[in-house]
Amino acid sequence: MKKVAIVGYAQHPILKNAGALNEVELIMPVVHQLFNDLGISQKDIDFTCSGSCDYLQGAAFAFVEGLSAIQTHPPIKESHVEMDAAWAMYESMLKIQMGDAETALIYGFGKSSPGDLDAIISLQMDPYYISPLWPDRVSLAALQARVLLDQNIITPEQMLATVIEARANSKNNKNALITDLIDESNYLNNAMVSSPLNQLDCPPISDGSSAMIIASEEKAYEFTDHPIWIEGIDHRIESSNLGSRNLATSKTLQASMNQLNFKNIKFDVAELHTQFSHELPFLKSLLNLQDIPVNLSGGPLVGNVMMCAGLDAIGKTYEALKENQFTHGLAHATSGPCLQHNMLVHLEAQK
Amino acid sequence: MSSEDTPKDYSESPINLEYFYTAGSATTRFLNQVKEGNIVGQACPKCKAVYVPPRGSCPRCGVATDIEVPLTDKGCIESFTVVHIPIPGNPIVPPYVCAMIRLDGSNISFLHLIQEVEIEEIRIGMRIQAVWKPKEEWTHSLENIKWFAPIDEPDVDVATLRFQES
Repeated sequence: MKKVAIVGYAQHPILKNAGALNEVELIMPVVHQLFNDLGISQKDIDFTCSGSCDYLQGAAFAFVEGLSAIQTHPPIKESHVEMDAAWAMYESMLKIQMGDAETALIYGFGKSSPGDLDAIISLQMDPYYISPLWPDRVSLAALQARVLLDQNIITPEQMLATVIEARANSKNNKNALITDLIDESNYLNNAMVSSPLNQLDCPPISDGSSAMIIASEEKAYEFTDHPIWIEGIDHRIESSNLGSRNLATSKTLQASMNQLNFKNIKFDVAELHTQFSHELPFLKSLLNLQDIPVNLSGGPLVGNVMMCAGLDAIGKTYEALKENQFTHGLAHATSGPCLQHNMLVHLEAQK
Repeated sequence: MSSEDTPKDYSESPINLEYFYTAGSATTRFLNQVKEGNIVGQACPKCKAVYVPPRGSCPRCGVATDIEVPLTDKGCIESFTVVHIPIPGNPIVPPYVCAMIRLDGSNISFLHLIQEVEIEEIRIGMRIQAVWKPKEEWTHSLENIKWFAPIDEPDVDVATLRFQES
């Protein structure tokens, strides 16, 4: 595999409601910031790839309008995934592996405030048997939380600790939306949304955008003295039929761990795309991350921009490696109900 | 075969989603001016192209169009089509003409109606001007302009309107 590095990452402050700012107006600042930080322009980028969801905007081909935020003259090579931008990063990685590009700009954007996120997300389900029932994202997550609690894989105390810690960690993330601290009584007195999940177990409705630049070994040092290397990347998906899945584990995640040779890596830090409080202790145990700092940024519980939060987990891992004495970082991105589709990214800082 | 056993090759699954749509801050500035009867485009600080209606960015350069450019309501027909098919709910009776309107001083065209002229006389390059609704009906919409109508000025060669990089 060709060596590829992350050379830059920028995140828009996460907003509860971006109001009159449209998607293009959210994307431009992060792309410009990235270019300014690195002293480069779109001309230095071989491939541009974005991640977004037209249903969030409620307009067909809305992602094409998103391109208005990017300099497209002279013409550029670009692509889009109707997924979290973590997968736009994956596509860019492939493009570099194939020798079609040496550098790539990735951006993700999403406004959840204009629509009904519960209804919108239910449309990603199987269109024949599940979507017509309009199952909302919190209830689906609650199904998995219930399975995990009933099988003693996680405890209610771990969920509580996850919520308290996410808010405490939000101080590490200048772009976090939720920054107020809570204690046990705040948590226990919060109304259930979908048992066993209360409001605080769920991520906030968020608007925002993020951008990242990756580059081949040849180019990376032209952009920065401190590239963070993508040592491994793998993504796999569980069945789309919820009834045929074992929600208490994830065979596909285990397969990804084997693919990335997890046994032989000692991770120092991890950022997981865990949107609901039960998902963090579950993945920590599945991925053997009990003894290291996880979600130092606060994670999705303090700001969860749809189609961005996965890329943000990669970006926050990149930042953690760059700013601390860590060597190995793990980033996780997810998509679909109950952690259906997962990506693992092994990042390494060369000291 | 009972009705339950009849194979079904499709199922209906109606979807209705509601959104609180926002135009964007640049378009909002434009619409606030339209409410007052003014057409104010926005120019790209890099390539100087003038956009009307502005969408917030110059898609050539990928930067915000933060220079306000007051425009006239006069221009020419860059392209047009005669609509013969009635659209349900549309109060306009076919045949009628939809045209791409290029306002003087702008670098893109937008869609609007052409009226007060025989269809056969409408041509590319024809000079036209906005016909506004009464002031008391003005809202945040280009529908404040009822339609565009021809004015007595020589035709424009639209080939000369192509964007020239400065």
